[in-house]
Amino acid sequence: MIVKRANLSFWERLYLPALLSGLQVTWRHFSRTFFAGKKVTMEYPEQKWVVPEGYRGAPYLVRDQSGDTKCVSCQLCEFVCPPKAIKIIPPGSSGKPAERANAEKMPAEFEINMLRCIFCGFCQEVCPEEAIFLQRDYSLTGLSRGEMIYDKEKLLALGGTHAGVQKWKHKLDEAKEQETFPVKG
Amino acid sequence: MDWINQLNPTMQFAIFSMLKVCVVIFLAVMPIVAYAVLVERKVSAFIQDRVGPNRAAPFFVKYLPVVGPFLVRLGIFHPLADGLKSFLKEDFTPAHVRKVYFWLAPAIAVVPAMLALAVIPFGSTLGAQKMVIADLNVGILYTFGIVSLGVYGLVLAGYASNSKFSFLGGIRSSAQMISYEIAMGMSVIPLFMLVGDLNLSKVIAYQADGAWLVFKQPIAFVIFLVSAFAETNRLPFDLPEAETELVGGYHTEYSSMKFALFFIGEYTAMIAASAMMVVLFFGGWTLPFAGLDQPATTLVMGFAHIGIFVTKMLVLMVVFIWVRWMLPRFRYDQLMDLGWRRFVPLALANIVVTAVVLWALHAK
Repeated sequence: MIVKRANLSFWERLYLPALLSGLQVTWRHFSRTFFAGKKVTMEYPEQKWVVPEGYRGAPYLVRDQSGDTKCVSCQLCEFVCPPKAIKIIPPGSSGKPAERANAEKMPAEFEINMLRCIFCGFCQEVCPEEAIFLQRDYSLTGLSRGEMIYDKEKLLALGGTHAGVQKWKHKLDEAKEQETFPVKG
Repeated sequence: MDWINQLNPTMQFAIFSMLKVCVVIFLAVMPIVAYAVLVERKVSAFIQDRVGPNRAAPFFVKYLPVVGPFLVRLGIFHPLADGLKSFLKEDFTPAHVRKVYFWLAPAIAVVPAMLALAVIPFGSTLGAQKMVIADLNVGILYTFGIVSLGVYGLVLAGYASNSKFSFLGGIRSSAQMISYEIAMGMSVIPLFMLVGDLNLSKVIAYQADGAWLVFKQPIAFVIFLVSAFAETNRLPFDLPEAETELVGGYHTEYSSMKFALFFIGEYTAMIAASAMMVVLFFGGWTLPFAGLDQPATTLVMGFAHIGIFVTKMLVLMVVFIWVRWMLPRFRYDQLMDLGWRRFVPLALANIVVTAVVLWALHAK
């Protein structure tokens, strides 16, 4: 497509109108910032951005309302993770049993390498247990590479408690209800 | 002060000239350059709705209760930090450069800019001393001669760096500065036709008697102003630097103090151009009221005149800085077109019209 250029009048071709409007615009911005103090920037370390709900920051593990680890070490997140940032060591046959009643197992170790993580949210999407969530932290720092690999304790401590459905608790209640006869509706 | 009076006039002249040079360069130009950079950063920040530099805080700030944090917010200490950084940074000479010219270019970029300041009368008198380093009778010719040397620093830097970006920057600077020198030189001819003298002190005296020349020769002022922007490589004519196209232009390969010298050169050239405009168009150190238009008889008046001159100059410097954040860069052919096909004929026409008007006024 050829855009036809508007014919400029003599006055416009003098550059002066553009110059004057330029002076006007820059003066408006200058006086707005300088006299009225209306800046658009934030002075970062002192002022911090309020992260909106649903922001995809760093992924952390969460506990359920009774304070138990929700993760059941299914390793779906480890499998789906595009940059391979997640490493899970399952408990094995002789490992610690799950903290939650009726859950089969929990991970012996769960590591996320925050230097590799791309905050894509696949782990949260794939998790059948609602055990991992992308939370609001966006500024992760450390003094070494080792420090940036977050282990299970750290992830759980940062993740906090999740107020969602306690899936296995309800399963347990259901099972208990079915032990009596006749089964309730 | 008796020992000074006992010296012969030549010695006195030499001593006072040295003194004036030292004071002007180290107590006026260098601090103004440093703080012009700060003003540049602050003004750009405010125009772009930002805050600008407000972090540098030397150790003694915490002993100043209210003033300290305020000065830090203003960024007063940033120029000091910048200077220190320039000195402490690694002075890297790339392997592919032509060493001699590479070392020579920054010096050649600074020296003409500073030399151009020599003929500018920055005040009337202080005691028995005229406040001008060299009161030449050919003042303006000297300035144009020296200013045209400024192009060598940039061209040499572009050539010596042996890199395509620097080379293009050097080529552009040579074409641009030579073109605009012509328009600039011709724009001031009508002024000297009116004044009848090339000595800059006489130009100021002429303006003190009548109106400022900016009112008598507005077209000459516009041409001079625009040419001054082109000569000092400031936006909208910063083609030799053109960060978006040429990385850093002629100083791409430079680092640390050598780069800082180019920076000092650019800002000194800005100071020289502003000072020149004050002298030629805004009445120099005079103000048309309160008897400030006559050479000073007391020390107070002498300092007042210097203050007036510096204030006028700083206002023009702010205009230089303001325009930088207002206009986009010209394309190369537009720049040449503006110089050769607009300003040169306009300046010529201005000369002819002034001549005819002068002839008509004097013929009766």
